[in-house]
Amino acid sequence: MGMNTQGRPTAPASASGATLETVSGSRGLLQREDLLFEIGTPETTGVDLPKPKGTKSRLGGVKRKVDTGLAGLSEPQAVRHYMRLSQKNYAIDLGLFPLGSCTMKHNPRLNEKMARLSGFADIHPLQPQATVQGALELINELATWLKTLTGMPSVAMSPKAGAHGELCGMLAIRQALIARGEGETRKRVLVPESAHGTNPATAVQCGFIVDEIKADKRGRVDMEDLKSKLARTDDIAGIMLTNPNTCGLFETDIKNIADLIHKAGGYFYCDGANFNAIVGRVRPGDLGVDAMHINLHKTFSTPHGGGGPGSGPTVFSEALAPYAPVPFVTKDEDGLYRLVEHVDGEASESFGRMVAFHGQMGMFVRALTYMLSHGADGLKQVAEDAVLNANYVQARLKHVMTPAFDGFCMHEALFSDAFTADGIETIDIAKALIDEGYHPMTMYFPLVVHGAMLIEPTETESKAELDRFCDALESIARRAAQGDETLKGAPYLAPAKRLDETRAARKPVLKWTAPEPERVAAE
Amino acid sequence: MRYLPLTPEDRASMLATIGAKSADDFYTDVPKAARLKAKIAGLPDHQGELAVERHMTKLAAKNRSASSGPFFVGAGAYKHHVPATVDMIIQRSEFLTTYTPYQPEIAQGTLQTLFEFQTQVAALTAMDVANASMYDGSTSCAEAAVMAARVTKRKKVILSGGLHPHYAAATRLLCEAQGLTVVQLLVAIDGEGELAKSVDGETACVIGQSPNVFGTVTDLSGVAKSAHDKGALLVSVFTEAVSLGLVTPPGEMGADIAAGEGQSIGNGLNFGGPYVGLFACKEKLVRQMPGRLCGETVDADGNRGFVLTLSTREQHIRRDKATSNICTNSGLCALAFTSHMTLLGGKGLKQLAELNHEAACELADTLGALKGVEVLTPRFFNEFAIRTPVDAEAVLAMLDEAGVVGGVRASRLFPGDHMGDVILVAATECTTTEDIAAYAAALKEII
Repeated sequence: MGMNTQGRPTAPASASGATLETVSGSRGLLQREDLLFEIGTPETTGVDLPKPKGTKSRLGGVKRKVDTGLAGLSEPQAVRHYMRLSQKNYAIDLGLFPLGSCTMKHNPRLNEKMARLSGFADIHPLQPQATVQGALELINELATWLKTLTGMPSVAMSPKAGAHGELCGMLAIRQALIARGEGETRKRVLVPESAHGTNPATAVQCGFIVDEIKADKRGRVDMEDLKSKLARTDDIAGIMLTNPNTCGLFETDIKNIADLIHKAGGYFYCDGANFNAIVGRVRPGDLGVDAMHINLHKTFSTPHGGGGPGSGPTVFSEALAPYAPVPFVTKDEDGLYRLVEHVDGEASESFGRMVAFHGQMGMFVRALTYMLSHGADGLKQVAEDAVLNANYVQARLKHVMTPAFDGFCMHEALFSDAFTADGIETIDIAKALIDEGYHPMTMYFPLVVHGAMLIEPTETESKAELDRFCDALESIARRAAQGDETLKGAPYLAPAKRLDETRAARKPVLKWTAPEPERVAAE
Repeated sequence: MRYLPLTPEDRASMLATIGAKSADDFYTDVPKAARLKAKIAGLPDHQGELAVERHMTKLAAKNRSASSGPFFVGAGAYKHHVPATVDMIIQRSEFLTTYTPYQPEIAQGTLQTLFEFQTQVAALTAMDVANASMYDGSTSCAEAAVMAARVTKRKKVILSGGLHPHYAAATRLLCEAQGLTVVQLLVAIDGEGELAKSVDGETACVIGQSPNVFGTVTDLSGVAKSAHDKGALLVSVFTEAVSLGLVTPPGEMGADIAAGEGQSIGNGLNFGGPYVGLFACKEKLVRQMPGRLCGETVDADGNRGFVLTLSTREQHIRRDKATSNICTNSGLCALAFTSHMTLLGGKGLKQLAELNHEAACELADTLGALKGVEVLTPRFFNEFAIRTPVDAEAVLAMLDEAGVVGGVRASRLFPGDHMGDVILVAATECTTTEDIAAYAAALKEII
């Protein structure tokens, strides 16, 4: 054994403590952390506020009777609370996050810095417009980028996320139909069975009826099925189609589909969730699209934040542009930017207002920062590298896993579970990836592929990272093919083991409740 | 291009592995006419950090930030102090750059904060259960209305005359798209007063707001009783979450659904977004709720853990039968809310609310003492309406010249409602006695 001059051992001794239980509940760097309500008290606070003066209340007696009783933490406790919790999360800054359909790309820190400039972060949506000309100019500049990249003449900036953008597009279609006097008769919206769940949900939120169309053997819209659904046309409102679609494939018949829908008197809504595959290389405006939302939190790198906020600007064709929602920014002859906030005058045909204020400004700043950083040349390279990376993953894994469809893919590679031995399922492969240090791929989606595994590496992964990931997944795939039962217990190395979702749903516990004795004492 | 790690050599070797000649091979499914040969025209090429930063800083400099002088704008978004710790927490990569917690084994951090958030929102609103956030207050309000229609199987929604007009617009839009009838009561400063009388046997819900858009606080208990007597629900809306530290919360008034804006706690103004919608309801209605819910469970070792639950309400499972189409919500803004709320604690929140109320009282007393200025709001928390003898737009422009951002002209929110001389003003813990004196001095000069 090596020793230094103080007699301290400097080389490891041999001993096994693999199953070591700890007294603290922490395990090395992974600290145990209870709920904040179990740590703090309602009297504790982590802020120093001045003492109220005791002014006579003007509430007119409309006063809270029972205090919230919410626990607080001192600042050091609060910092530790959230730091400890943060260590239980996987994140794109930590490693490859190949969630198909989610475009988990690098989130540049310059975006964050710019969004925190006080001229953007500390301005009120209703302060006089003369005092926010830079903000309106920024919205206008971002709108110009979005219109140019999509080849569409108009964009609504206010939708708060992708599904909200879908709502925006479908409400515009509804309004256009009302304007044609066909609002009550054209209610049927065609939606491929491979679509994101938000598509049918959105159509129904707008009062439409969903009619599903099948996928063909190539993973595209089944044209025969589509044509049969268009045998009757007088009730057709439109189609909601994702392109590239959720199988990671470009809809080869897209122009044809657009023409058929238009001939039937309907409109073409395109789900732009997968725009990252084509940005700078294909303009949806050249494909016959009437409306499409753009997820700034996917293609344009604004962070997902553990579930949001997103931002879903929605571009429109000439046919739908007049019905776009308020507010929007316009530039007057005197060079001043102005918000059109009411359904009136130049917005007299608008379908109305979807949301308070003007959209996700914080996300606009980040997205424009990203666009300026990449430029037109860089964004084209983004799409190409995203598609190249996905095809590389597909090429490296197609010998051990089962590609769902033949040929090249776009920005995501889709596999079925056909290669797995009986008893081994997609979820087992996904959870085994966690042990290898990766976030799993999207699993069991799209619904048209059995045990689907949808892998979207994005363009911000290096070849070395992709190789390391493919090596890991290849090894798991081989174990799955051989029926390795240990996969059923994965993950073994995560902060938590597999969680009991059935139990959570059967008797939902949706908030913390003080244990009985404390409650009795409080009363 | 600093965000792209692939080298030309990498690309060549990867294409060889794939068996493709160039990236063009991947785009052969695109109709020929739509394949762009060159980069898109009319947009600049890529730029370094310094150049981008210059451009953005220039735009930012054209805006007047709320902290740069006396500032009294409210009406749905509020200038509060956010502790430095909150911004540090939400910038942690593990929270900032992760996805919706679909893989709970490696998302317990996000999930536990959501569980804590739900607990805090439920306590704040005095409701049974809260969800994991909505986009913002206005969309929460709209979703509450259509949820009430689902629950009651009725088709009429009644909006108070004190409801924020943006909330009313968003609610009307969604309701009408779903075939519901929306009745908007006359706009009034004490607008909640008429709600109780308006309920009938066809009403799905009445929507009241306290404090309302004019700042008026109202006990909606009577409205709740009238609604319940007729089988309707009360939706109780708020735009100023800090008020709930002091003002009667939805649950204490018998509300069935509480819908509001959480921006005031933990989130900056950001010119209107992103914000965080709060949504809470009675326990028996939970299966009709929109949005994500986080619930407690155990893992395979029997340890406590958290998962997204009751997802059979949601679009990714139920598709066209889902309660809402919402997917992405306001996760990181909810984290900002919950971490600020944690720093405040119940006691801190109450104190913060008192400070807000006192600042508004001082402002009302000072402005109201000016000859010709009338404080219109009878009972308020931290904002109220004033009437000036001069047109509000002109007043605000002149205040602006004096360096005071004096509020929102009511006619911007209610065009055509004859409110040309009404200004909505707000004060918070950020408002100083000097700010108030500056406002009064400038206003006195103008009128």
